[in-house]
Amino acid sequence: MTKLAFYGIDAIKVRASDEVLPGRLIVIEGTDGVGRTTQLNLLRPWLESLGYAVIDTELTRSYLAGVGLKQAKAGHTLGPITLNLFYATDFADRFESQILPALRAGFIVLTDRYIYSLMARALVRGADAHWLRSIYGLALQPDITFYLNISLQDLVPRVLQRGGFEYWESGMDMRLGPDLYDCFMRYQTLLLNEFKHMVQPYNFQVIDASLAADQIIEQLKQQIMPLLPHG
Amino acid sequence: METYGLHQYPGRLFVVEGVDGSGKSTQIALLRQWLISEGYAVFFSEWNSSPLVKKTTSRGKKKQLLTPTTFSLIHATDFADRTERDIIPPLKAGAIVLADRYIYTAYARDVARGVDRQWVRELYQFAVKPTLAFYYRVPLEVSLSRILTGRTELKYYEAGMDLGLSSDPHESFRLFQQRIVSEYESMIDEFDLTVMNAILPIPEQQRRMRKLVEPYLQGVRRLRTPAPQAEKVSSTGELS
Repeated sequence: MTKLAFYGIDAIKVRASDEVLPGRLIVIEGTDGVGRTTQLNLLRPWLESLGYAVIDTELTRSYLAGVGLKQAKAGHTLGPITLNLFYATDFADRFESQILPALRAGFIVLTDRYIYSLMARALVRGADAHWLRSIYGLALQPDITFYLNISLQDLVPRVLQRGGFEYWESGMDMRLGPDLYDCFMRYQTLLLNEFKHMVQPYNFQVIDASLAADQIIEQLKQQIMPLLPHG
Repeated sequence: METYGLHQYPGRLFVVEGVDGSGKSTQIALLRQWLISEGYAVFFSEWNSSPLVKKTTSRGKKKQLLTPTTFSLIHATDFADRTERDIIPPLKAGAIVLADRYIYTAYARDVARGVDRQWVRELYQFAVKPTLAFYYRVPLEVSLSRILTGRTELKYYEAGMDLGLSSDPHESFRLFQQRIVSEYESMIDEFDLTVMNAILPIPEQQRRMRKLVEPYLQGVRRLRTPAPQAEKVSSTGELS
């Protein structure tokens, strides 16, 4: 059962309608290119083979704001506050129309990133920490949050192999350096630092992402197993 | 990120608030004309007008996808884009920015929709505190008749149909507006709103508005000296 515990104000008023959420909320966090998707693609069939119904969700996949957010990111006028609130809208829509209904129905919800990535990105762009905690305080505390931890040195070859440096993953909007590589290095350093500071307050289960994928999945399974509903 | 009340800019920000049909848009349009004729650089910004966000908002409205929370968030996103583009840069440049509706509209509407009062106030912490915020107070019957006369159809969210207050759009609109008015009333002291009597004749309202704005214009740079004042003084500086 996912507890009705929130980080801040229960703005969606979940407590008014629900006493219990029979599903489970499992979050995988980590920076760009760290291997979250690989792990999620392994977790889903494993959970389904055990007989659990699974839904997955990720950033920009909301029916309401996904398309608009992607279009806004493709332009050149998107400011940091607007960027964050667009993501918050996208998150809230997915939270209300995908995550909550699935938890009510007893699904295992796998989410690729949660509020932590959104907060980390906004923090490095100068957002007020109190402001962020208030907005994202509407989110449920997950049953478990895995943080795929990686050093910048180990991250670079992965990103190269995957196709190279991308505009937003390099924080090019922040103009931290003269080219994609320099921007990427500086931006990711800042991001990783924000994540590091979240480990303790948000109870991240830190996973060494430099390990092989099959070693990582075993660790995830081991920690998820005891959380699963029985019967 | 600067939060509410902490921004320090050379420009001035005047905003109008009030329910639909309070006449606030008319008043700010007249104020704008006056300021322009006085030689000021004036920027005008309207609620719900961000080119980046507008499409998503209208998609949400058209398909009725919006919950009170996402309704609140998408409007905050729209307002953020306007703040980052149309409000802060001109204020930094010393312009006069006029806004038809501001964060108080969101506070009134969202809370009327059932959004947590504290949460929505936190959401807009990035907003610049206005130099003056005018609240056009009008009896509900007057604003309702101004809006509803000659109109048969009210839009779903406009009428507050998502609240389920009544299945009749007109009745729903009235109940929704009533809630909004009571939110506005409770914000007068909280945000130091300047209450304007919106049933006075339009020119009289405008005269009062200009009188209230005038003291805040001191020190604001103009594009040029206004024509009437230039006539009073000859090129040698003597009175003509």
